[in-house]
Amino acid sequence: MNWENMALRELSSLEKYLGLKKPNKYSTQGDKKVPVLQNNQGPPLVGLITIACHLVKEAKRSNLLGESAEGRAVVQQWLEYRVTRLDGCTKEDSKTILKELNIHLQDNVYLAGNHFTLADTLMYYGIHPLIVDLTVQEKEQYLNVARWFDHIQHIPSLRHHLPPVVVLRNTIYTSRHH
Amino acid sequence: KALLFSFCSELQICCRLLFRGAVNGQMKLFVSEGNPHCLKVLAALELTGVKCDVQYVNHEEKVVQFLNHPALPALLLPAGQQLFSANAICRLVLSDPEAVSMADIVLWGALHPILSDSSFTLGEHNSVKTWFDRVAAVHSCQSAVQKVLQGKGLQAMKSYMQRQPAPQNSQCRDAQPCNNNPAEERQHFVSEEECEAAALAWNKGLSSCPAPDRQHPILPQEGKRNVLVTSALPYVNNVPHLGNIIGCVLSADVFSRYGRLRGWNMLFVCGTDEYGTATENKAREEGLTPQQICDKYHAVHSSIYSWFQIDFDFFGRTTTEKQTEIAQNIFWRLHKHGYLVEDTVEQLRCENCQRFLADRFVEGTCPHCSYPEARGDQCDKCGRLINAVELRDPQCKVCRQTPVIRSSKHLFLDLPKLESQLEQWLEKSTSTGDWTTNAKQITHSWIRDGLKPRCITRDLHWGTPVPHPDFKEKVFYVWFDAPIGYLSITANYTSEWERWWKNPLQVELYNFMAKDNVPFHSVVFPCSLLGAQDNYTLVNHLVATEYLNYEDTKFSKSRGTGVFGDMAKDTGIPSDVWRFYLLYVRPEGQDSAFSWADMAMKNNSELLNNLGNFINRAGMFVTKFFEGCVPVMELQREDKELLAVVGWELQQYIQLMDKVKIRDALKHILNISRHGNQYIQVNQPWKKIKGEESERLRAGTVTGVAVNIACLLSVMLLPYMPLVSQIIRDQLNAPQSCVYTMLQGSGTFVCSLSAGHRIGTVSPLFQKLEAEQIEALKKRFGGHTPSTPAAAPAAAIKVAAVEGVDSEKAEQLVKAVAEQGDKVRALKAQKAEKDVIAAEVSKLLELKTQLALAEGKNLEPTSKKGKKK
Repeated sequence: MNWENMALRELSSLEKYLGLKKPNKYSTQGDKKVPVLQNNQGPPLVGLITIACHLVKEAKRSNLLGESAEGRAVVQQWLEYRVTRLDGCTKEDSKTILKELNIHLQDNVYLAGNHFTLADTLMYYGIHPLIVDLTVQEKEQYLNVARWFDHIQHIPSLRHHLPPVVVLRNTIYTSRHH
Repeated sequence: KALLFSFCSELQICCRLLFRGAVNGQMKLFVSEGNPHCLKVLAALELTGVKCDVQYVNHEEKVVQFLNHPALPALLLPAGQQLFSANAICRLVLSDPEAVSMADIVLWGALHPILSDSSFTLGEHNSVKTWFDRVAAVHSCQSAVQKVLQGKGLQAMKSYMQRQPAPQNSQCRDAQPCNNNPAEERQHFVSEEECEAAALAWNKGLSSCPAPDRQHPILPQEGKRNVLVTSALPYVNNVPHLGNIIGCVLSADVFSRYGRLRGWNMLFVCGTDEYGTATENKAREEGLTPQQICDKYHAVHSSIYSWFQIDFDFFGRTTTEKQTEIAQNIFWRLHKHGYLVEDTVEQLRCENCQRFLADRFVEGTCPHCSYPEARGDQCDKCGRLINAVELRDPQCKVCRQTPVIRSSKHLFLDLPKLESQLEQWLEKSTSTGDWTTNAKQITHSWIRDGLKPRCITRDLHWGTPVPHPDFKEKVFYVWFDAPIGYLSITANYTSEWERWWKNPLQVELYNFMAKDNVPFHSVVFPCSLLGAQDNYTLVNHLVATEYLNYEDTKFSKSRGTGVFGDMAKDTGIPSDVWRFYLLYVRPEGQDSAFSWADMAMKNNSELLNNLGNFINRAGMFVTKFFEGCVPVMELQREDKELLAVVGWELQQYIQLMDKVKIRDALKHILNISRHGNQYIQVNQPWKKIKGEESERLRAGTVTGVAVNIACLLSVMLLPYMPLVSQIIRDQLNAPQSCVYTMLQGSGTFVCSLSAGHRIGTVSPLFQKLEAEQIEALKKRFGGHTPSTPAAAPAAAIKVAAVEGVDSEKAEQLVKAVAEQGDKVRALKAQKAEKDVIAAEVSKLLELKTQLALAEGKNLEPTSKKGKKK
């Protein structure tokens, strides 16, 4: 397996989190190494989100895709956000994304509202490299994102391939300067 | 705590949702004319007949507030959720599978702008066209097209398209995506020319230039790069923790050692910052004079830094004659040029203690939240800043009497008047010098917020006296006084100090510090020097680190969390390994954390298995297979390739070090030994040595190249691990000139141990750190309130103190006694001065008495650590 590919590592971590006993074998296609899952029963599944949703169903954890029709739509929307906005974003975009998420998470515990879903998992995997690069001060600036991120990374057996990021519980920049 | 937090947030959201649900029980869709994304949504609605209030708005309408760029279509759900993705909306609307599926609608909508154009031909893909036309013929789709495009065809989308941000071409994106896999490191591809160039350089061998000697006093020299390095002056009565050490003295030390290797004319000065209220108070606590306190702790600092092998040219202090002389001179010059203004300040004075109270020596009730134990500068409960005179029921922290408000006349440095000069200088310095990003940002934000006059005098005794007759009883405020310490410390080192400090044309000044110190070095102190108008050397390169945390919390003296400078040596881990790990996690560009487990891992994987293993193998092969003499080397293409790769890593190292990227440069050293290990592994000299003549020659070449790489590594390691670096050269019996040859210019890897060179005795360089050892250390330095949530430590300790929980106090005391005991033993072992030892012994006795009281008199201390020795 090609471990250089982040998407494959994510899928492998997701499998472990979901408690799937037998790891799947993935291949990739195209320059961007889009993951492909060869399925015994049907056509191959292409793309991170499609495969991730499939894994969730396989593990009989469909609640992770949303409880109601509305919930399912919201989860899908954040999964789409992950691949269309977050993946391959530039430094500039990353600030916008963090800003958006920070406002959204101001009154949402999880991305899709009150329940932990697949959207949190994949957004967490995707945003990890951005968070690693934040200074303490920036993490305080995006306090809601940091809070959400810290919460997600401490969910048992979710983190796997990613190192933990230190998020201070107490703010140290109480004022601009002293 | 996290659970509670999420519970509260959930509750809040539930309430909010219930409320919203009650207000509008229906879905509301926002669309805009000419927006192709709306096609599929409207078609889906039409198709399913889902009831929905559709509202037409213009493209700029921000329906989903938190998104930076307006996103349409947007669907507001009765429960308050917002959908801003057309696909997600379709998914919701078309949740039942129909004859025309969601996939059809979504793809049709997405492709409409292209496929509905009749001039667009699909060539052989005409089954796509057939499908598209079939979907487009569905009534719902036609109706959606009519609504969105208003019969104007594709032209209707123009106004929408014009408002979109420049498209991100996913096929060829110029900007590097920033969430790329960090593990994918750039591989250096070696060309034929590079190989030959590397071989040529290799053959040059060592130059015969004499090693530059370091003769004190070091003074600027004509025609040399004269570099003055300062490290932020540590405050004398705090024992520095690892974060302090990496932020200032250690970083500055690595850079100074590196500069000397590069042949620059370096002067590295530092010293203890000794004046101020905190010292006065510490003296009162310990029943000593402030001078005695300073003497005592200056020695503590000195011994810590010498254990960490910080190679100062001079380590001085601020309580000297020179300090008074230079500070007063700068003061008078500022005064003469009209940069000082007078103002009256209201202050709290304790009549009982006969002194004005510094902010941190007042406690009272917070005027904002009524917290009864707010400090004079800030309230611990609500976090707001407080002006000490605003506190209700203020108390002197020392005697608990109520202080009175007195007004006192003070002098202010007129920063606004110096602002334009400052900005001019900053512009130049930050654009030509190497300022870290955080230093530039912090400075910029100070300037942007506007400068205000800053008070430079204080009603204290322990400080540099203000020479002005109207301000006789006062001293200089530490922030004005302390940076002048750099000058006075240099003046105590050499009488010709002005050749460094009043010589901006010949001297380059580097300031090292943690980022909290930036404004004083980039704004305030430069203003003092600019205002004094005496051709002072101002900072050219301001190097500030972020913060180092301890595991996942902050270092805290009061909680006993973290490793402090004086304890590092008691861990049994060598000073060089400490240096290596601290530099490996140097908070360069982002905050980082010290972690025991990580330290053990880095020691075992990087030092032991990678670096140490390679150097040891290279040396052992020479000893075992070639009787201790470097064999003849006949370079093949493969060897030259390695030389080129190693040379490239060396050049990266130099480029990074020149820019003070100390942590990043270290990675290149480790890369070289990784290449070296691979090289040995592939070539297997231990097998080839048993083969025929040509094979034995090959084994010799590989061994010779490897041992020369080991020699290069010793040079590159010198700034980081000076002792290990020297040991390697001793083991290899390497000529001293190799140290100065290879780091000249852009860096060249030369053969410094040529065939026939006899090496010394080779032995392992590093030891494994065992898991149990690390676990024990982690426990020992974990602090005494592990179960208390990190957010409320101050309150927790106060509660314990009020209720007099003796067992906890005893536990703390056991620890303190053990530590103090270690300290005394260490001082005795070092043959420290008698009065220093006596002071520490009396402190130990005092702690033991307190412990006996806390435990009940008959009990013996149960410290395991105390019994060990």
